[in-house]
Amino acid sequence: MYDPASALAGTEAVFAAHPENAAVKALAALATDAKYDRAELTITVARESIVQACQAVQQAGYTFFEDVTAVDWYPSEPRFQITYHILSMTLKERIRLVVRLDGEDPAIDTITGVWPAANFYEREIFDLFGVHFGGHPNLTRIMMPEDWNGHPLRKDYPVEGYR
Amino acid sequence: MAPLAASDMIIPGVEDVVADAQRHHPGQDSAADQTMVINMGPQHPSTHGVLRLVLEIDGESVVSLAPDIGYLHTGIEKTCEAKFYQQVVPLTDRIDYLCPMTNNLAYCLAVEKLLGLEIPERAQYLRVLLNELTRIQSHLVWLGTHAMDIGALTVFLYCFREREEILRIFENVSGQRMMTSYFRVGGLALEPPLNLYKQIQDFLNIMPDRITQYENLLTANPIWVNRLKGVGILSAADAIALGVTGPPLRASGVDWDLRRDMPYSGYEKFDFKVPVSNDCDVLARYVVRMDEMRESVKICQQALNGMPSGPIVADAPKIILPEREKMKTNMEALIHHFKIVTEGFPVPAGEVYQGVESPRGEMGYYVVSDGTAKPYRVHMRNPSFATLQALETMCKGRLLADVVAVIGSIDIVLGEIDR
Repeated sequence: MYDPASALAGTEAVFAAHPENAAVKALAALATDAKYDRAELTITVARESIVQACQAVQQAGYTFFEDVTAVDWYPSEPRFQITYHILSMTLKERIRLVVRLDGEDPAIDTITGVWPAANFYEREIFDLFGVHFGGHPNLTRIMMPEDWNGHPLRKDYPVEGYR
Repeated sequence: MAPLAASDMIIPGVEDVVADAQRHHPGQDSAADQTMVINMGPQHPSTHGVLRLVLEIDGESVVSLAPDIGYLHTGIEKTCEAKFYQQVVPLTDRIDYLCPMTNNLAYCLAVEKLLGLEIPERAQYLRVLLNELTRIQSHLVWLGTHAMDIGALTVFLYCFREREEILRIFENVSGQRMMTSYFRVGGLALEPPLNLYKQIQDFLNIMPDRITQYENLLTANPIWVNRLKGVGILSAADAIALGVTGPPLRASGVDWDLRRDMPYSGYEKFDFKVPVSNDCDVLARYVVRMDEMRESVKICQQALNGMPSGPIVADAPKIILPEREKMKTNMEALIHHFKIVTEGFPVPAGEVYQGVESPRGEMGYYVVSDGTAKPYRVHMRNPSFATLQALETMCKGRLLADVVAVIGSIDIVLGEIDR
């Protein structure tokens, strides 16, 4: 069974335990928090430095963008957690980048300039969570109809929808 | 190989395509400059579900193309948040209805990683066996419908003959043909029936010949080759930049398969090849998928031959429902059953991502737990969703008729795109 004591938390503990990890090396200056849990590495970066962080991990060999999604931690703040999963085909490793956003007018820069693949994923987050992606080429709703009211995957949106 | 966002990789929206075509005001330009916007789908036999494409065409060639999705959006990710962990399994079937077992596996592996559960070897082998059968049946549906789009109707009937065999196996093992829900967090739902291995062996005996039969119908067929060769080119760099996975990625020359490179559920114990082609076109995707079916047959055979004995569920009475017989004699078993059914089981807080190689590419489940019995967030990373983004790159500048061939070759399932 899972032992919570096996998780490493905080940049110092994680970076000390995995000094050779390519992503750790690339993000040493940008990381604000880190976690190594269940053999998965999570590095938190500031909102302003997400594009820089993506370019840094891309240079470090993490060339394949897999996924970006959001988690709504309503009612606690910072409310939104944007989670990027990036894969390295040469290192056979995956890294999770996390950015935390305030609930008030959440916005972050797009990473479509680094990976065009993020296009649909960011549109999905915009549609279902209401997070704005600055500089996105085509930020419109993708799942819900254009005139839909609200963002369904937010925790304050009822599961049955508004009636 | 750092992919750059070239200007032709900016996937336009529907409005852009429409606005683009309207820049030619009548009377200003000559008729030769005129383009036309046409609508393809959502009800169109070659869009494999309810995909709508807005195409701007100049004569017969495609100038730009925008997919419009969301017609099948059912909010499965939202529904998952209101269910117990074990109640999510049937929802995962309905995401990609052509590979229910793969979805079950990805979800169960993710939750098992959160729990830190060890799965018995026999359950792992059975999971691999059923996953490879799922891959074969999904590829058979792809081959049949893809050939039908191109105009070869016969292949469809042959493919569905063998698919029927696999669906009978699924019915035998789980009681359901398509929405199997056979995997459970911690193992499998039921002990497999006694005649299952023989049924699968009978199928594996005939399958290699049947694959040759399909190839005899198509591979040397000049119409088939002329329609597919050199169509829908996607370079390796473009495929990586656009997040393409699975057979389309391998057909673009990228040797990457999660089963081999980041093994899960005991795949490291199996010996198989990963078919790769450097031709980057629709025909290459056909070749790669046909070879994959052969490799899947081999994996199934290895799983059958090496099937270990032992339990099919992990030793975790607070997570796995007890046997029916035990509940009649054992008070503890009855209590566990009652608790699991009414309250679920708590999962330690944390987040995991588990990717598996589905027939269409990388199917990933991102599960976040807050320590309660219901998942805080379940997100599916679907292969078709990313592959659809590459459609414009593959179709631009090509003929309208090629769009149909390209859609067939990327093997999209709209259920998993829209979720």
